[in-house]
Amino acid sequence: MIPVGFEYERASSLRAVMNALAKDDGTKLIAGGHSLLPMLRFRLAQPAKLLDIGGLQELKGIDAKGRKTKIGSLVTYRELIESADVAQRFPIIIEAALGIGDLQVRNLGTIGGGIAHADPASDMPALMLALGAELTLRSKGGKRTVPANEFFQGPFATAMRPDELLAEIVLPPLPKGAGAAYVSIEQQASGYAMAGAAAVVTRSRKTVKTAVVALTGVSDSAYLADVSGVVGTHADQAALEAATAKVTAGRDVNNDIHASSEYRAHLAGVVARRAIATAYGRAG
Amino acid sequence: MATLFGSGIKRREDPRLLTGTGLFTDDLKLPGLVYMAVVRSPYAHAKITKIDTRDAAKAPGVVAVVTGKDLAGKVGTIPCAWNVPDCDLKTPPHPMLAADKVRYAGDGVALVVAESREAARDAVDLVDVDYEPLPTVIDPEKATKGGAPILHDEVAANTAFTWTVAGGDADAAFNQAEVKVDLRIVQQRLLPTAMEPRSAVASHNRATGQLTLWATSQNPHIHRFLTSVTLGIPEHKVRVISPDVGGGFGSKIPCYADELLVALMATRLGRPVKWTEDRSENYKATIHGRDHVEYVEMCGKKDGTITGLKTRVFAGLGAYASTAAPGVPTILHGLMYSGAYTIPNIHGVVKGVYTNTTPVDAYRGAGRPEATYLIERLVDTFAREIGKDPADVRKKNFISKEQMPYTVATAITYDSGDYHGALEKATSTIDYAGFRAEQAKALKQGRYLGIGVCSYTEICGIGPSQVAGAVGFGGGLYESAVVRVYPTGVVRVYIGTRPHGQGEETTFAQVVGDEFGIPVENIEIVAGDTESTPQGWGTYGSRTTAVGGSAVVLAARKVKEKAKKLAAHLLEASEDDLEWKDGAFRVKGSPDKAKAFGELALMANVAWNMPAGMEAGLEASAAFDPTNFVFPYGTHISTVEVDPETGEVSILRYVAVDDCGPHINPTIVEGQVHGGVIQGIGEALQEIAVYSDDGQLVTGTMMDYAVPKASQMPRVESHYTYTPSPVNPLGVKGIGEAGTIASTPCMVNAVIDALAPLGIRHIDKPLTPARVWAAIQQAKGGAQ
Repeated sequence: MIPVGFEYERASSLRAVMNALAKDDGTKLIAGGHSLLPMLRFRLAQPAKLLDIGGLQELKGIDAKGRKTKIGSLVTYRELIESADVAQRFPIIIEAALGIGDLQVRNLGTIGGGIAHADPASDMPALMLALGAELTLRSKGGKRTVPANEFFQGPFATAMRPDELLAEIVLPPLPKGAGAAYVSIEQQASGYAMAGAAAVVTRSRKTVKTAVVALTGVSDSAYLADVSGVVGTHADQAALEAATAKVTAGRDVNNDIHASSEYRAHLAGVVARRAIATAYGRAG
Repeated sequence: MATLFGSGIKRREDPRLLTGTGLFTDDLKLPGLVYMAVVRSPYAHAKITKIDTRDAAKAPGVVAVVTGKDLAGKVGTIPCAWNVPDCDLKTPPHPMLAADKVRYAGDGVALVVAESREAARDAVDLVDVDYEPLPTVIDPEKATKGGAPILHDEVAANTAFTWTVAGGDADAAFNQAEVKVDLRIVQQRLLPTAMEPRSAVASHNRATGQLTLWATSQNPHIHRFLTSVTLGIPEHKVRVISPDVGGGFGSKIPCYADELLVALMATRLGRPVKWTEDRSENYKATIHGRDHVEYVEMCGKKDGTITGLKTRVFAGLGAYASTAAPGVPTILHGLMYSGAYTIPNIHGVVKGVYTNTTPVDAYRGAGRPEATYLIERLVDTFAREIGKDPADVRKKNFISKEQMPYTVATAITYDSGDYHGALEKATSTIDYAGFRAEQAKALKQGRYLGIGVCSYTEICGIGPSQVAGAVGFGGGLYESAVVRVYPTGVVRVYIGTRPHGQGEETTFAQVVGDEFGIPVENIEIVAGDTESTPQGWGTYGSRTTAVGGSAVVLAARKVKEKAKKLAAHLLEASEDDLEWKDGAFRVKGSPDKAKAFGELALMANVAWNMPAGMEAGLEASAAFDPTNFVFPYGTHISTVEVDPETGEVSILRYVAVDDCGPHINPTIVEGQVHGGVIQGIGEALQEIAVYSDDGQLVTGTMMDYAVPKASQMPRVESHYTYTPSPVNPLGVKGIGEAGTIASTPCMVNAVIDALAPLGIRHIDKPLTPARVWAAIQQAKGGAQ
């Protein structure tokens, strides 16, 4: 568990980071380190240089002054959990973040790290998809915004270019009266989702008006599943079963020692149903 | 004065261990220290065709590179120290570094020593080894079949031994039986996962020839002996120190290549050498546990009487026979086939089998969990077959307290116990009948609740040395202690066992404190250094208190005897006129005429006024060799709910009733039960070491190997009965392994009970959501 030797530098400013990334010299960014360090220790990643962005104030803080909520990429899971703004606007984020790692991990792990790392079984990508997040990427050349549904491209693969850094997560407000829920069934060892679902549901009286479900842990990346069949129903068990019968359609479902693809596909339906039902219950 | 025995005082070792002021092997820094790393085979079975060490040797900071070929013939091989008789045991040579052929992924082929840990690790990647891969075999049953790849040329069918246990006439019992049930049981391979991985530091003085080896050891005296014979260094020139040890669960009993290589390199280089495995290396290179494939049968009458038990067991040994490996699935397993019951006819055959996997050896419970599991699964299966409640069938077949001491069909004699008492306490605590009613009601609503019982007895406090010799154990199994009283009346106690988390620094001080009427603060328990501690055999098999604690109390009593003689002399009284009260010897009837322990300590140590013929000083040593093993027992009951949609198991309640005799420290007993229960639930529900067919350990990290987490585990409701053992002066049994032994069958029985309405009879552990769901699908006739 000893990494190959590397150079280490604490970044002094965001500008310096972007300049360094522009050189394209194999420098890797590190913040909380919770995804990168294990890869270094296993020698799966052997970067020549680590640039530590953990101290950059520009990437910290939650801004809920406007209609949209802006979350700096260096915001830790603990900060999310303790944020009154997040509690008020997106309690689903807290619901999911409480299930990430343990206290120590939540103290250091960052939302930006979790998103940029794009582990196919991590929780935040599903939330980003379900909440319709926009991800602000910065580089020496400027900045651009990528919607979450274009960001996650495969296992540990995203739309980010090598010279870019994830700076901010921008969340549009939930639809009026929407309920949201995150349900995951964790792999017993890692705690990562064997299948996890983030759902956002609106309703008119008892009838589902809209439903969005994003799944994680199921396939090579988190994805938006088609649950349109639930719209117009009362989200009763039969309707849920029908609407979630094909949540893995068109996807290669992961198969490993913890869950066969068959079991995992079944779980995808289970978590989708449970997330929709809970979100429905929370919708007003 | 209240006794310390029975008081739940806080563990004295905890402040040190919890505040980072302990000293573990890897904490040691010595002048000139260099670091060793081992090059391990990525293949599970392969010929080594070439090793090129030139690049590694040239790398910055590298001090030495050594291959298996360099060592062949120059050093001994790794010893197997339990030569179980009458089973045609074959233990082919286990070289410290493989020279010609590797037999598991993780087998060492070369070592590197460098000025820094980092340089050593980098150089490992520069050792260029050419392998010619060979076919592999992982499963211990398949390994005995024709056509299976052969690991050792001299071991036909990979079968290291075939061991038989028999009592009564099992064939006749089965022929005449009204009811027969059978199961094929896989007891999966487990990774012991001590919090501290293995580590060793060695220093050699070339002038004196003295070798000092610090190592993570549960039994430093055994390691002294084996290091001596393997490396050819006289035993009096070898000092083994086992500093604080962060758990072992059996994995720090064996003699491993790595520690010996550290010692060897220290002698060769004249510089101290350190090696510490990381977790990935620990999972590959430290012993594993269990790994049985079993065919088991039980027979009996329709009234619930069990009349016979048969087993056919394939016990995986891994690639080589580890230190105690042959004894684990035989002596510690097969002799316990009667469990808590009067089973008159028993026949068992155990084959020890070599496979292309990490060696398997004693892991918490060591053979007894496997025995208890197969018995308790069979009892439940038998009860279901005859339509009787499993708790009632247990009661019907228990050895009764009136029958104690009781000799079972496998010819061992249980010391004491009231098995009915423990079961009744457990059933009433959990409201067994009430739960059965609740379960029936829930089932009508489509909910699957289950209740599982495990009544266990285990053989521990090992054991009489004479028995050790008779069963081929390469050492004694007595224990010894030295109690040394200082002039100021404080005491140091030197013990031959090596507690590593179990709490004997506290409990032994309680025992000694009671003998001398002094507080535990005045007593230090010293363990782990072969230089200062008397010959001992280590901490395992729940023996430390029953055997080692008995040696401590005997030594303390010898000291007290001497102190009494001295007191009589000083008081000018006859010994018969003295009584021990409130920490002093007092003249009966004149309690003011007294000599307190502290004063006697001073007078003995200054020796100003000794009785004729009495030597100066106040210390004594004692060895205790028990006349029999001890047999703790109990009943654990759990209740569960299974989610039929996902296969997830929720534990509703867990009730443990254990009898380990009187408790020296009830808090520590409870802690041992809790830890053991959690470890056994891990085995029941989530832990499994998985190998791919080509011998790669798929569960090579904690991302895939599911060690229980606090959030996954239930509250354990701990209760006790108290039946003293007649075989040692403290009356204590053992509690280190009981929880692990009891909880695994208890949990599995509960889950199978929950799923019985679906027609499910057995699922192999661990009962992961995926396995439970698959079994439900199959039972429902689904496509799975």
